[in-house]
Amino acid sequence: MSDIILEVKNLSVRFDGNKVIDDLSFDLREKDNLVILGPNGAGKTVLLKTLLGIFPFQGNIRWRENIKIGYVPQKFLADKNIPLNIEEFFKFKKINSEEIAAVLKSVGIKDKTIFSKRIGALSSGQLQRILIAWALIDNPDILLFDEPTAGIDIEGEETIYNLLSQIEKERDLTIILITHDLSVVYKFADSVLCLNKKAVCQGPPQEVLKLENLNQLYGGEIKFYQHGH
Amino acid sequence: MDINLFNFITAIFVGGAAGYLGSLMITKRMALVGDALGHVALPGMGLALLLGFNVSLGAFVFLLLGVFSVWFLERKSDLPTETLVGVIFVLSLALGFLITPEPELLHALVGDISRVSLLDAVVSVILSVSVLFVVNKIYKKIILASLSEDLAISNKIDIKKNNLIYLLVIAVIVALGVKVVGSLLIGALVIVPAAASRNISRNMRQYVLRAIFLGSLSCVLGIGLFMITGFPVGPLIILTSVFFFIISLIFKK
Repeated sequence: MSDIILEVKNLSVRFDGNKVIDDLSFDLREKDNLVILGPNGAGKTVLLKTLLGIFPFQGNIRWRENIKIGYVPQKFLADKNIPLNIEEFFKFKKINSEEIAAVLKSVGIKDKTIFSKRIGALSSGQLQRILIAWALIDNPDILLFDEPTAGIDIEGEETIYNLLSQIEKERDLTIILITHDLSVVYKFADSVLCLNKKAVCQGPPQEVLKLENLNQLYGGEIKFYQHGH
Repeated sequence: MDINLFNFITAIFVGGAAGYLGSLMITKRMALVGDALGHVALPGMGLALLLGFNVSLGAFVFLLLGVFSVWFLERKSDLPTETLVGVIFVLSLALGFLITPEPELLHALVGDISRVSLLDAVVSVILSVSVLFVVNKIYKKIILASLSEDLAISNKIDIKKNNLIYLLVIAVIVALGVKVVGSLLIGALVIVPAAASRNISRNMRQYVLRAIFLGSLSCVLGIGLFMITGFPVGPLIILTSVFFFIISLIFKK
């Protein structure tokens, strides 16, 4: 049995008196992948940001000591015209050109001409890879992803998830992933947390992803077929 | 009015530092803050001219007062910051017009670099270099925060602290710049060279270096034009920078 990397106990987050997350408790073991499922407005992003220390909270969040957390945000780059190229973006962290090339290679970008490309000129799929590479620079123990495929077409979605699985195997790290995409869960998750302010269900995907749980989570009839992988 | 070497040196350093800071302000979409603060400085300049102490010092004290007032009002009211800045800005302008002795008013509004003494020049150079240094320290952090605040926080960047430093640096540059181009035009000295640079730059390094260069060059050429034409220096500096801006539109990348 591997070590606990994150312990969340009785976590509540309030905005203007409204509870966005209500009395949530869960553990995460090292090298386990947790997928957080839930409808819009269920508090998924809030949970991720609270884990990162962005929002104030009540209750307990205990990360393993000296843990290095990598984060891939959902919203990035309000100003598409910013004169900032990829090499400069990477050099916000202490890193040299060879190291940049190496980390880019690990997310499937081998073409060095991307160094001098403006960050606003990238496609959403390329930008997502760049952000993943940027998060990987410090060799994090855990990666937090907020809907990594939002705004990417279905083909690109597929490759991003393949990339995540590949990175996870190569680097042997823990991943927390928010997604809407139920098909990803079976491929990827060791455990699932269904969130709608409270934990509606949690546990391994085969156990948890039953129709009644999903109906409760999404609040209605849902068409869902278990994949036979 | 006589222009000497240390007027030039003052203008080169203040113009360069203003251009550098301006490049950050454009990225943060705070292009008009320099303008607003220029007006906030006016009563301080008026008092300094009335009582005979350093104009930049008077400006700086009122800038700190202005920044503090906005910060205080933000806590006392639900109005957007922009609105509060607007109130403080017109209050300062009205007070400034009442306080500033009439013969000096034009000098306060459009600046007069020929009044810069040797001591002023030395202090201006030291402060400008400090501004360049401090802005360099906070630049990447503030750019990262403007790309994604969440990403910045998760990388252990203290956004509030960096924003406070950034505001103080703006106050210093405005206080220095009002001597060169005056309280009405300091907003332009901060923004126009950086805007021109942005038009012709593809990366951050080019953007920053060209903003500094165009800030300094506008000041030097503006003073040069003053020596030829005798028109007020401040407007000539700004017109020079706007000229570069128009040229930059032609070469826009």
